[in-house]
Amino acid sequence: MKVSVSRRVFLGFNYLFFGLFILLCVYPIWYIFISSISSGSGVGQFFIPINPTLSNYSKVFKLEGMGVAFRNSLVRTLLGTALTVLACMFLGFLFTKQEMPLRKPLYRILIVTMYVSGGLIPTYLVYRSYGMLNSFSVYILPTIVQAYYVILIKTFLEQLPPSIEEAAKIDGAGTFRIFLRIILPMAQPIIATIAVYAAVGQWNAWFDNHIYTFNRPELTTLQYKLYTYLKEAEILTQQLKMSSELDTGLMEALTPRGVRMTVTVITVLPVLFVYPFLQRYFVKGIMIGSVKG
Amino acid sequence: MQVTNVKPAMQGRTRSREKKAWSLFFMALPLMALVVLFRYIPLFGWVLSLFEYKPGTPLFKNTYVGLKYFQMFFTSKDTIRVLVNTFVFSGISFCALILPLLMAVLLNEIGSARFRKLSQTMTTLPHFISWIIVYSIAFNVFGSEGLINQVRAFFGAKASQLGVLNDMDSVYWFQSLLTIWKTLGWNAIIYIAAITGIDQQLYEAATVDGAGKFRCALHITIPSLMPTFIVLMLLCVSNFINVGMEQYYVFKNTFVYDRIEVLDVYTYRVGLQLYDYSYATAIGIFKSTISVIMLFIANTVAKLVRGQGIV
Repeated sequence: MKVSVSRRVFLGFNYLFFGLFILLCVYPIWYIFISSISSGSGVGQFFIPINPTLSNYSKVFKLEGMGVAFRNSLVRTLLGTALTVLACMFLGFLFTKQEMPLRKPLYRILIVTMYVSGGLIPTYLVYRSYGMLNSFSVYILPTIVQAYYVILIKTFLEQLPPSIEEAAKIDGAGTFRIFLRIILPMAQPIIATIAVYAAVGQWNAWFDNHIYTFNRPELTTLQYKLYTYLKEAEILTQQLKMSSELDTGLMEALTPRGVRMTVTVITVLPVLFVYPFLQRYFVKGIMIGSVKG
Repeated sequence: MQVTNVKPAMQGRTRSREKKAWSLFFMALPLMALVVLFRYIPLFGWVLSLFEYKPGTPLFKNTYVGLKYFQMFFTSKDTIRVLVNTFVFSGISFCALILPLLMAVLLNEIGSARFRKLSQTMTTLPHFISWIIVYSIAFNVFGSEGLINQVRAFFGAKASQLGVLNDMDSVYWFQSLLTIWKTLGWNAIIYIAAITGIDQQLYEAATVDGAGKFRCALHITIPSLMPTFIVLMLLCVSNFINVGMEQYYVFKNTFVYDRIEVLDVYTYRVGLQLYDYSYATAIGIFKSTISVIMLFIANTVAKLVRGQGIV
């Protein structure tokens, strides 16, 4: 087929556009990475590591509280994801049961939470009265049941053929048994979707740490640790800018730039490793959601 | 009472079925209890807005002040400023709504399936990183020792003293560009999925009629995406006051504070930094009310436009 000149020009620009867009998304992270392992500078310093060294990494691993922060992030991600998936799956499954009494009102009660919230202070005071301030449970419990996930799961389960479940019911299997033996295995795509959403959410969460557990170092997460380093650095550099003479004491108190970059790399790495493989599950989630929306 | 006419055996079966149905209800109860505990109980805290609440005292020992805090909110100078900020950010987001649609249409024109896949994967990457990481990247790129100044130094230019992160005049567009960078690829996915759902026969028929690729995109692809676009537009309108908090909270600093402080960030400052719990609660109530009203309006419009609501 003949391709017109204008079409060719368009295609050229189109490829160029997406090429640049990809670069814009990937290069900043690549730049942080090479800066975290470079020990020299030169012509290529913006593109490839120069005299690579892991000294920043060994420094970071020796930093106080890094191990604890990493462990907290990992535990909240694993535990939070597991509980969220199980709870939302089970609730979504129950909501597919037409015979459940008060099904509609219960479902509405859940959906309303997507649109109405008590707000920052009432929520804060209530969590405090539950004794969840300065406690690990504040990372996990409030996010276990999430309306949006339950909608996605319910929509997915309603599309499954009902015959298999019917057969199991005739064989006398109870609700839990059907859920564990039949629903969970059949629902693997939606489980993967929800698990990935929940895991990314947990790994990236930091605001709860900032509000509810900020004065307990043993509950610090990786994200929050990075946040405190960055804010420290920002404030100190601003002070340096505003004071006329150079204050060497301030300069030394600053976390070195290399260390901040390294912490950034460590914090973002797990997500980078995982997300390309799970891409199709995200897409699936969006599509189920859009059917509903 | 019809049940009394039924034979005993049948009655027993109905009763056991009913019992089983109720058991479903009781299984849902513990999970619904979590919802009530964490999402509904805080609503009772709204009563704080009617008292001059001092932290650490029992509520009813505090003076009842009626709607004082709401009046305060509606007359405060800060209110106008933070609402303007909020609306500027959501207004720009609204204008940028067309970008994901365009991106999906352009991506669809890429012939190589591999490059298409690569583009889709790479451009969704920013969606998965936290705002803290985005901030860290921005700090390392635009900050005083950052990439931009390194490049300047490399070419012998003087480093700029006050980077874009500290520049009040750039806040609106710079933050909006960051939002677009972070969300564009992800928001395009829904359109990409919609495009794969378009009936191929439409394109074949149009090609037979002599339409080129451009006219196909203009007259088939884009109109097919309109229903999705309208829903997303309505959702955006209904979220006009909810611009989110993390981005603005992370990027705020003394230089840009006046323009980056959106309603949520302001609520945080009033509540958890100035400890004015009552006032912060009143602002929260205002925000929730506006959200629900906007959602209601958007939903009504959706019903009128496409015969189906968005919630």
